[in-house]
Amino acid sequence: MIQREAEKIFETRELNVNMGPQHPATHGVLRLVLDMDGETIVNVTPYVGYLHRGIEKLGENLSYFQALPLTDRMDYVSAMSNNIGYCVAVEKLFGIEAPERAKYIRTIVGEMSRIANHLLWLATHALDIGAMTVFLYCFREREWILDLFEMICGARLTVTYPRVGGVRNDVPQAFLDSLWKFTDEFPSRIREYETLIDQNRIWLQRTVGIGVISAEEAVNWGMTGPTLRGSGVAYDIRKHMPYDAYDQVEFDVPIGTEGDTYDRYRCRMLEMRQSNSIIRQCIEKLPAGPVMADDPKFVLPPKDKMMPVTHPTDMAYFIIEKACKGCGMCLRACPAKAITGEKKKPHKIDQSLCLQCSTCFTTCKFKSLTVVPGGKGMSDDKLAELAVSPDKLPDDIKEAQQALTRQFDFIKKGPKVPEGDVYVATEVPKGELGFYFVSDGTGKPYRMRVRAPSFIHAGCLPRLCKGHLVADVIAAIGTIDIVLGECDR
Amino acid sequence: MNFGTIISPDVLDGLIAFGINVLIIILKIVVVLAIGLLHVAYATYFERKVIGHMQVRLGPMRVGPHGLLQPFADGLKLFFKEDIIPAQADKAMFYLAPVIFMASAMVNLSVIPYAENFVIADINVGLLFLFAIAGVGVYGIFLAGWASNSKYAFMGGLRSSAQVLSYEIAMGFSLVGVMIMSGSLNLNEIVKAQQESLFGMYAIPQFAAFIVFTISAVAETNRTPFDLPEAESELVAGYFTEYSGFRFALFFLGEYIAMFIMASIAAVCFLGGWTLPWYVTKILPFLNHVPGFFWYLIKVYAFIFFYYWIRATVPRYRYDQLMKIGWKILIPIALANIVITGLVKLIL
Repeated sequence: MIQREAEKIFETRELNVNMGPQHPATHGVLRLVLDMDGETIVNVTPYVGYLHRGIEKLGENLSYFQALPLTDRMDYVSAMSNNIGYCVAVEKLFGIEAPERAKYIRTIVGEMSRIANHLLWLATHALDIGAMTVFLYCFREREWILDLFEMICGARLTVTYPRVGGVRNDVPQAFLDSLWKFTDEFPSRIREYETLIDQNRIWLQRTVGIGVISAEEAVNWGMTGPTLRGSGVAYDIRKHMPYDAYDQVEFDVPIGTEGDTYDRYRCRMLEMRQSNSIIRQCIEKLPAGPVMADDPKFVLPPKDKMMPVTHPTDMAYFIIEKACKGCGMCLRACPAKAITGEKKKPHKIDQSLCLQCSTCFTTCKFKSLTVVPGGKGMSDDKLAELAVSPDKLPDDIKEAQQALTRQFDFIKKGPKVPEGDVYVATEVPKGELGFYFVSDGTGKPYRMRVRAPSFIHAGCLPRLCKGHLVADVIAAIGTIDIVLGECDR
Repeated sequence: MNFGTIISPDVLDGLIAFGINVLIIILKIVVVLAIGLLHVAYATYFERKVIGHMQVRLGPMRVGPHGLLQPFADGLKLFFKEDIIPAQADKAMFYLAPVIFMASAMVNLSVIPYAENFVIADINVGLLFLFAIAGVGVYGIFLAGWASNSKYAFMGGLRSSAQVLSYEIAMGFSLVGVMIMSGSLNLNEIVKAQQESLFGMYAIPQFAAFIVFTISAVAETNRTPFDLPEAESELVAGYFTEYSGFRFALFFLGEYIAMFIMASIAAVCFLGGWTLPWYVTKILPFLNHVPGFFWYLIKVYAFIFFYYWIRATVPRYRYDQLMKIGWKILIPIALANIVITGLVKLIL
């Protein structure tokens, strides 16, 4: 009775704390509303969508090639894996296959990206739990990988290096050498991180028995990747539905037993070692050959074929006065406004403004526009002397111009894609990344849908956190390894 | 006019003596404050350099040679920053909290013997005074958390007060052994008693107490792995989340001075203060010529280095684990140490 009276007078409520979207530990813009009883978590409600950019909808309005860079912006921590996932899915839709060398290169960069991702995960996870030095150690190696990415494609984060039908360009030997050195040293670096935290009592106390999830429950929640494997389910798409060169390399799928934060940590640490060994195997086996599939219907012509044999900037575009009807097509098409002329009179190209983009060349219907190899910097009179009708141009230049036209068509309209739908899942560092395309036969997908592991894992947060303390929420966010760019898309 | 007719010569002499004493004390205060503030400035630099090198990077390098002027740049920056006060904050308390925190840390500088005969206030209950004033510092933290009217700050304040109170017990108990051995609460006396003792420093016979003290000192100053009140991954910045500009700097100053105080207590009570153990000076007699202040500083900075070293190495404890360590491990060990020390003292 007295107690009830007291409860009436001192009404108690749970403390409502808004963690995020701006918070040092939410790995981006995740917002969690915590209902707390003292320091104990009663409930967690995750809110997502603060980084929503409509990537799926954007994909429907872009051709298959154009949507590729968007995938970089999903999981920006492991952009390479996202690109590969997208390319593998589109290749399946097109019914083409990348050449062997490209498959191996993709496997290499995919595993590098996995290592880079796990390093960032370890860095932030450890920093969240308070181990600050691990953070900087991990970044040292991550820098190395990003530098290697820069070596092959010029970008460090948003790489867009894999392409539909292969990879953008072959890898230089210096890249392979540096990568080999990296793989030599990396296992000892992993041991270095482990000396700091693996057997550390505080680390064990903070991770063992925290956020436990059984194998059955994890499967029911739709968990994938290391987050699932920590619970003891050996499900790895690289093993079960191999793509790229994964069926030609040997690797283990590390699994945990308890399904707690520590097991998931161990899984990822072991996975980094496996990735390291995959990279070494791939470098050893790397076959020679082209890196882009040669299928004129679906694949962009290689860059070196699009340009004449001489360096592209050496050439000059020139209008043959006799053939020019003065239709004005090239004038309108020229992006640099280098073409001048009145209607029905021969036009002229101002060589100082010309960008050598070939737009006029592809627009001209009267074969009046031609190319003068090595003609850059020459006077118009000299050019007129050298110019020949486009029909009489050497074969390689003709081919190059055809390739250029094809590229133009591809980018503008997209290739003719078979109708139907396709779902392809790849194993990205965070779990199963699936791309689902519905094609209506045009150059753009009718529907593009991404199965983002981060989104599904973020949904498990309430399940992982309930009953634990505030500090464990941080550990739980870290252990499922989410990136909000991918979660919100 | 003859002063002699107004004030008798005796009184005049007394006044002059008093004046000189006051002047000396003021000089000492100036020296100590200058050392204290310079210490804070360069303790942050030292920390950033030490941790930087532990983490395979350089630390501050840009301002001045090897970043030596970085602390001043930081200070200036904080001084000129906007002083933001949350609209919902309790203004009076919000103003007061950092002042309490900083002042309580600064007051403690007055009783610490930096060298032989160099102490501002040589009081007989020096050790108790240190505890009492350090306890006042908690009010600063708690009021800051409360007055900010922010949930993060509030939780930080709650955590901090609980933590500091529990660890103060363990720390107090750990120093009882020292009090029993030296038979005094005067810090000067404690150092002198150590000098005459068998081992030259109490850290050896009182090793259990020294370990308990070291751990409690880390907890008491809210440093890693016990930095829960300001755990940035959980509570953003803990009790000073809402503070900015120079008010934040006051907390910062207070924290580093508190570290200096803890390191000083360790140096004075366990490591022999400004003295060296007799067996060291016997083997290397030339060390007698080095001023005591130098040894004192070396001991203090070694202890502070230890603080940094821990910070760069270990993760953070969880709140309940921290309390468990305090109450279930440290306090029993400290109590057992008191009993054993007392028994040994009785028998001898």
